[in-house]
Amino acid sequence: MSAGVGVNLEDLWIKFGDFVAVREANVNINGGDFFSFLGPSGCGKTTILRAVSGFLEPSQGNVLIGGNNMKGIGPNKRPTALIFQNLALFPLMKVWENITFSMEIKGASAKERRKRADELLDMIALTGQGDKLPAELSGGQKQRVAIARALCAEPDVLLLDEPLSALDLKLRQHMRSELREIQKRVGITFIYITHDQGEALTMSDNIAVMRAGVIDQIGDGKTIYNDPMTPFAASFVGENNVFRGRVKQVSGNEVMVTTNRSGDLMARVANGTEGRLKEGDEAMLFIRPEAFSLAPVGTQGDHFVTAQVTKEEFEGNTFNIFMEGDGGKEIKVALPNLGQSFESHQGEAMTLEYQVRNAVALPAGVLATE
Amino acid sequence: MPQFLKEYFNRNGIGLGSVMLGLVLFWTVGLIIMPQLSMLDFSFRPNLPPPEIGGPKDLYTLENYKYLIFGPEGGSQDYNAVDLRVFYRTLIAAVLVTIFNLMLCYPIAYYLAQTKGNHIRVLALMLIIPYWINEILRAFALRIIFGETGILNNVLVGMGVFDTPFDFIRNDIALYAGLGYAYILLMIFPIYNVIESLDRNQIEAARDMGASWPRIHWRVVIPYAKPGISSGCTMVFMLSAGALAAPQILGGPSSLWFTQLIYQQFNDNSDWPQGAAYAVVLLVTCILLVLALMRLFKVNMGDIGK
Repeated sequence: MSAGVGVNLEDLWIKFGDFVAVREANVNINGGDFFSFLGPSGCGKTTILRAVSGFLEPSQGNVLIGGNNMKGIGPNKRPTALIFQNLALFPLMKVWENITFSMEIKGASAKERRKRADELLDMIALTGQGDKLPAELSGGQKQRVAIARALCAEPDVLLLDEPLSALDLKLRQHMRSELREIQKRVGITFIYITHDQGEALTMSDNIAVMRAGVIDQIGDGKTIYNDPMTPFAASFVGENNVFRGRVKQVSGNEVMVTTNRSGDLMARVANGTEGRLKEGDEAMLFIRPEAFSLAPVGTQGDHFVTAQVTKEEFEGNTFNIFMEGDGGKEIKVALPNLGQSFESHQGEAMTLEYQVRNAVALPAGVLATE
Repeated sequence: MPQFLKEYFNRNGIGLGSVMLGLVLFWTVGLIIMPQLSMLDFSFRPNLPPPEIGGPKDLYTLENYKYLIFGPEGGSQDYNAVDLRVFYRTLIAAVLVTIFNLMLCYPIAYYLAQTKGNHIRVLALMLIIPYWINEILRAFALRIIFGETGILNNVLVGMGVFDTPFDFIRNDIALYAGLGYAYILLMIFPIYNVIESLDRNQIEAARDMGASWPRIHWRVVIPYAKPGISSGCTMVFMLSAGALAAPQILGGPSSLWFTQLIYQQFNDNSDWPQGAAYAVVLLVTCILLVLALMRLFKVNMGDIGK
């Protein structure tokens, strides 16, 4: 297994006329990493991918692959291979010709190409299907052919532009683990673009969360989920409940926030944001639905929230309770289904308890819109 | 009533369905098939004065076809060298015009189809507007441009490319240019239509895998555009081979187009059967040539309609 080739974005700006698609991106991607850019559509993540693959020249800054500056080097000369959102298989070429197109360009003989195609077809579990046309394959099979076609070029970096978005849920989940598996086997750097936080969390070594052209946070999945550094990262990655308010008191790594609806609540400061909140600052407090448990109704305290139940639903693995929250948004509580009985409390007040370490306070900012 | 007709009438209703079907039948049978059949019938009859038509002498004969190959009976030559030469020269010239047209139009069609923006609409308009002008006027305009004292010669002589004006007309360059120009749209639009539906990602995917532009065109764009290319080529070839105005106006004194021979037989010689035979030979040869080329390039008849 090779160590893999790293990719660096240095002070990268990409502008289309007056519109800034990517603003001052600084990213170091380690060789052999599965790295995801996660963000809503239009946040500039595909633009970054196009700059790495060479279809787009950055307005400012550099793209380095394996330490080499890629300025002025066209997409056909870069050690990258791109898997398109719609796969872009060549419909008139047979599967084996599709897979070995990069070898054909280098002038490999048909015999060599056949041999390599057969190896790759074995790898993607499509043995003997080389003579079919892409249209004769199912969605998941086409997906795998696109991966094989990209890998056949022996790129140092594989770029994937939401390649799973066209698949149905079951297949998507299956392909997630398969992609991760392939990445481990070939050992090259994968750069993955997605708006699906589940995909990013399950597959990636590291994730960059993007919003409106800006990279909000870079870190591994756990860090981003547990220690979001911006309200956007907190609300975009996984579900989160937000409580707005003003900082009442800061003591070490704990903050007391006077919230608009639920009184004074305690939270911890996320790693990496120490010292950013001062007394009197506007703050947002984030507590995940699964971090709540039920407490006796009316219990008072700095880690208890009492509110009216508006809706209840049974999801199978969890029992979800929705309560009247801040700014018209509901508070969502997900109680794990461990076989206990759930009584309906529709319309009644309920009290929730949480551990202070599970609540994160951040300076107020932009939330993700769903 | 067969199933497809039933469905057709269910979809369109009896009234509208009958009108549409009637018009299509009138168009194909009344305006195309019947006249062609009567032309075919003519071609197998002797050229008789009107009173004798339908008389005892009006028998089917191969005389008119023989004439094209062997010339007049008792003539000085074994073969009708003059007419046959015109015939194959016309076909070769039509093929050349088609190839020239394809080479010119493919890049234009590709550019139009793959580029976005308002200037594309302006470009398309600039291509279309000249065709509002009548074909004969356009041919004369080219004659003026290519003439001995025309703009082109003035510029070339002025730049010192030639010492004396070059005779574009005698050298058939004006004719080829005129024929090429006359059918440019028929080549551009079918190709444009197909390429427009080509997923841009396929071009980028090929590029990403290291393909050069010529290879991208050779392996990705052209195979995809093949139906459009064959449709355009068929039309340009058929129409060039059957053109009359451009050869009449732009052709050099020595260059006869086969259609001009047909025209002479009908009008100057008043020999309709002979003219019909020539026309049938031209039509059948062109169709066979197109079918053979389609077979060679593995194009299905169904693809052409795409």
